[in-house]
Amino acid sequence: MSKCRNLTLSGLEPFELKSNMPFINVGERTNVTGSRKFLKLIKEGNYIDAVEIAREQVEGGAQIIDVNMDEGMLDGKEAMVKFLNLIQAEPDIAKLPIMIDSSKWEILLAGLKAVQGKCIVNSISLKEGEEIFIEQARIIKKFGAAVVVMAFDEKGQADTYQRRIDICKRSYDILVNVVDFKPQDIVFDPNIFPVATGIEEHKTYAVDFFKATYWITQNLPCTNVSGGVSNVSFSFRGNNTVREAMHSAFLYHAIKNGMRIGIVNPSLLEIYDDIPKELLEYVEDVILNRREDATERLLDFAENLNNSSNRKKKKEEWRDLDLQSRLTHSLVKGIDKFIVEDVDEARKNSSKAIDVIETYLMNGMNVVGDLFGDGKMFLPQVVKSARVMKKAVAYLVPFIEKEKVGVRNSNGKILMATVKGDVHDIGKNIVGVVLACNNFEIIDMGVMVPPENIIETALKENVDIIGLSGLITPSLDEMVYLAKELEKKNIRIPILIGGATTSKIHTAVKIAPEYSGSVIHVNDASKAVPISISLLGKNNNEFISNILDEYKEVKVKFENRKKVKDFISLENARKNKLKIDWKKEQIIKPNFIGSKVINLEDLSILLDYIDWTQFFLSWNLYGVYPKIFKNKSNGEEAKKLFDDAQEMINHVIKNNLIEAKAVFGLYRANSNGDDIEVYDDNKKTIANFITLRQQKEKGQNFFNKALSDYVAPKESDIDDYIGCFCVSAGFGSEELSKKYEEDNDDYSSIMIKAICDRLSEAFAEYLHKEVRTKYWGYAKDEKTSNEDLIKEKYSGIRPAPGYPACPDHLEKKTMWDLLSIEKRIGVKLTESLAMWPAASVCGYYFGNKKAKYFGIGKIDQDQMIDYSSRRGINLKEAIKWLNPIYNDV
Amino acid sequence: MNSLIKDLQSRILVLDGAMGTIIQNYDLKEEDFRGEKFKDHKLPLKGNNDLLSITQPDIIKEIHRGYFNAGADIVETNTFSSTSIAMEDYGLEDHIYELNYESAKIAKEVASEFKDNKYVAGSIGPTNKTASMSPDVNDPGFRAIHFDELVSSYNEQINGLHKGGCDILFIETVFDTLNAKAALMAVDNYFEENNISIPVMLSGTITDKSGRTLSGQTVNAFLISISHFPLLSVGFNCALGTKDLKPYMKRLSDSTDFYTSSHPNAGLPNAFGEYDQSPENMIEQMKEYLDESLVNIIGGCCGTTYEHIELLSRVVKKYEPRKLPNV
Repeated sequence: MSKCRNLTLSGLEPFELKSNMPFINVGERTNVTGSRKFLKLIKEGNYIDAVEIAREQVEGGAQIIDVNMDEGMLDGKEAMVKFLNLIQAEPDIAKLPIMIDSSKWEILLAGLKAVQGKCIVNSISLKEGEEIFIEQARIIKKFGAAVVVMAFDEKGQADTYQRRIDICKRSYDILVNVVDFKPQDIVFDPNIFPVATGIEEHKTYAVDFFKATYWITQNLPCTNVSGGVSNVSFSFRGNNTVREAMHSAFLYHAIKNGMRIGIVNPSLLEIYDDIPKELLEYVEDVILNRREDATERLLDFAENLNNSSNRKKKKEEWRDLDLQSRLTHSLVKGIDKFIVEDVDEARKNSSKAIDVIETYLMNGMNVVGDLFGDGKMFLPQVVKSARVMKKAVAYLVPFIEKEKVGVRNSNGKILMATVKGDVHDIGKNIVGVVLACNNFEIIDMGVMVPPENIIETALKENVDIIGLSGLITPSLDEMVYLAKELEKKNIRIPILIGGATTSKIHTAVKIAPEYSGSVIHVNDASKAVPISISLLGKNNNEFISNILDEYKEVKVKFENRKKVKDFISLENARKNKLKIDWKKEQIIKPNFIGSKVINLEDLSILLDYIDWTQFFLSWNLYGVYPKIFKNKSNGEEAKKLFDDAQEMINHVIKNNLIEAKAVFGLYRANSNGDDIEVYDDNKKTIANFITLRQQKEKGQNFFNKALSDYVAPKESDIDDYIGCFCVSAGFGSEELSKKYEEDNDDYSSIMIKAICDRLSEAFAEYLHKEVRTKYWGYAKDEKTSNEDLIKEKYSGIRPAPGYPACPDHLEKKTMWDLLSIEKRIGVKLTESLAMWPAASVCGYYFGNKKAKYFGIGKIDQDQMIDYSSRRGINLKEAIKWLNPIYNDV
Repeated sequence: MNSLIKDLQSRILVLDGAMGTIIQNYDLKEEDFRGEKFKDHKLPLKGNNDLLSITQPDIIKEIHRGYFNAGADIVETNTFSSTSIAMEDYGLEDHIYELNYESAKIAKEVASEFKDNKYVAGSIGPTNKTASMSPDVNDPGFRAIHFDELVSSYNEQINGLHKGGCDILFIETVFDTLNAKAALMAVDNYFEENNISIPVMLSGTITDKSGRTLSGQTVNAFLISISHFPLLSVGFNCALGTKDLKPYMKRLSDSTDFYTSSHPNAGLPNAFGEYDQSPENMIEQMKEYLDESLVNIIGGCCGTTYEHIELLSRVVKKYEPRKLPNV
């Protein structure tokens, strides 16, 4: 016989049934057939407490967790998956392997699909014949799970020694020889039945089980034997003293015969040596079938036992520890069951509620922090700790508020936000909690906060510090962007930067130089308080200038080791422009030259042009319309949102609540270098569009493009054309949005904005089509479906200032002058050249067939100088406007 | 594939380095990604590197060729994200077969230009969703993707890779073992349905100092969870970098009788999220793997370049491959 491999299983941690382990314990209390309490919780849908039962089992010493949801009134499959999903989010439970326990194949299968570790399936058998047995074993093998095989065949459950070993042998041969199942992954369950039932045939049940177990260990190599132990004491339900003794005695003998896995309730298990001598004798008489009258003797004895006196409820030992240790234990283990009770005790011990956070809870969180830093805790556990912390703080807040009145003013007001595009907020929440505990007033804006909202709130609330957090790399750029935006608006509120990807170098090199206010990197939560206090203190000048000096030094050091990037000179970029043979180009003269205002009477015309995919994106629902409705994760939400949007659109259109206006113009034009000159009828220049050119080194057959490449050059003497436009379906949206806000209906307030955005885009799309087919008419025969429109399957482009092909917002000013946009339709430009109403779109029209959207990328210093002279502004101002695309490295 | 096993018995095989890092140097624009075929596609496609196998096949071939020339024995197809799940964000779910088929085909074309044994491993990424973790902290029971969805998505990818001529299937950067198990199920089903079998490599990723996968498993728990499949090799790649990954490679190497692979990142990301470990520095650290005989297959992940692989393939020649232990 070749050497056997050990049975291995896994949860988050590995499990190996090593030869020196006599016996392992499967927790059975998360089994609806075995635990009435668990069944009740599951039936009530109280999964939170149900999960606690699993945790108690782990703490009680279980090495594998049995989960069973076989109950007539339950949707067993759903309950199984839901419970498995939940316990997998609990690292101290999920560390153990799971025994997926059901008599229904579909439940077993659903369980296998939900667990990452190597599970053990309990059970399959020959009950429904070989074919099904083989099929099921094959599938289990594909999942890589181990399997419990019950001694059960077509004729029924094995209840004699001979039947037990015959069925196990037959099952073994099929599994090993036909299915090629690894023998170490096979566990036999030769049926533990109740004894002492008063029925004659039942007397040998335990003995037969022991004998069969021994036979299996000797004859079916490398396999294991397991059994559900509590069955044996079934006839003594209600008498736990006897039951505990029976379990213990039964186990003792089963283990001696080679049973190495047992489904037992560890808290219903007396230590064998602790069983009173007399009781043990009676119990073993029954189990080993040593006397004819064994059952009667045990029954008599049991009746005389005072059942309750012996029951010492095992308390969780850690509850006896001192207060700090208990709080630390709850935080480290993520247990929220006692937190309020303990925090309340701490509060009564402390002079101020806030002290509870500053001492007790922070001490606990420091332990969490240390363990995490040492790699002894991992993220899901820390998340759980944070949850407990939140709960503790939430309980304390009302007390803290009360104490605050008239006592002292806040240390300062701090806005906290995880930047746009990022959803990670654990770190931010922890810092927020720590700061709040130190008497800072925290305005937590949550996650994925757009920069404009941060700025708006910072100003509105008059905050003292802005705290930005982010965990993913793109968040770094968001922070830079926000600093620039703040700078643009002449705001000087200090910024704190924190989160996993942030660093002192990045802060010093990329963020701080963009901002005239202070920018400080905070590398961990404990530093947030001293930094904030120093920053807002009376004598903060020295602190701030020290930081500034330090960051400057970091920046200089960094720049000294920077590499040169691959830019080509503007001159060479211009040589590599997009080449169009203008002699051969078919240029179509617009049917209409000049400019025109359109007041859209009937907004419903726009409905077909709405890009719903973008609408969902604006709500952070990812998916393509209409397929998104079928998405498992967000389909339902998308559908709801869609229905609400439809309702609001109908409401808005029916009651004429929104106005849509547009103005556009089509003109003769020629390119002049990278500029585009716009002419009137007499070929007098009435406007000059300034475009930028791609300057990064290109591979062969790629051009360094500028938008001006799409218009025939002046020197060609060919008449060409250009258009520009501005549309808005946002007139009235602001008022509506405010009204909703006043009614505390944030949802509708956001909805109306999102809808107006989409309607404006749709208007731009509609107008572009009108221009292509009618006013310019270069695509008279265009037959595009609305879907094609959204996919931009037509000729010509309408790039917008501020977007990749034209990052220069100043171009808007040229358009506003050329078309008198503000005067004619009322769309205004703000100081930073944003359009108002916000739901507005402007852009150029290029009719050339070769015109495609592209991105400028970064531009180098020579182009910046060239640009500033073409624009007629000084270099500093030019850099300010084009900073995002300036290669200043 | 007998030659592959023979090669593995006689020497350490070299995997290629990063694809994305090299692609970045081409500084491709939106229209380059779109090419002729997707010029009217509705969603932005820039950054969808896998798509380049269709729209810029010459670039991808040039990169494969570059790695073979640098001494790689195995290149990975440009299909890390070519599943319907990962492609959903780009609206390219209907092009999965084509993406995988073309990627495998062009890689094989380049491999056939060489006289030596050169192999193509079909890269099967983790997708961007996790089957055993909730993306929502407040709803731990929620799952954004189900096992069955992963199996069918992977099946589609495997079909393209196999028809395109891959020599090996490579399930890599496993951050959630349940996703990997779904991939193995898809492979198993595909082999069964088509009555074929090709070697399968699998490589997980250890995401932080705790030495666990993102889904929380330790090295040995991870190994146990995927060892039911007769893998060609098991390994780790991506996160941590060569130096910090070593203790986990050691644990893995001690515990498995599969061949082992490792293709770490070029160090840890710097303050700007870039990988900047030099070839010399990285290979210096890799020498420890070789001295301790931890690997049979070695290469690079994020941030590694032709230079890394060239130096690596020169160095490994001096070493014996890891012998399979008797565990």
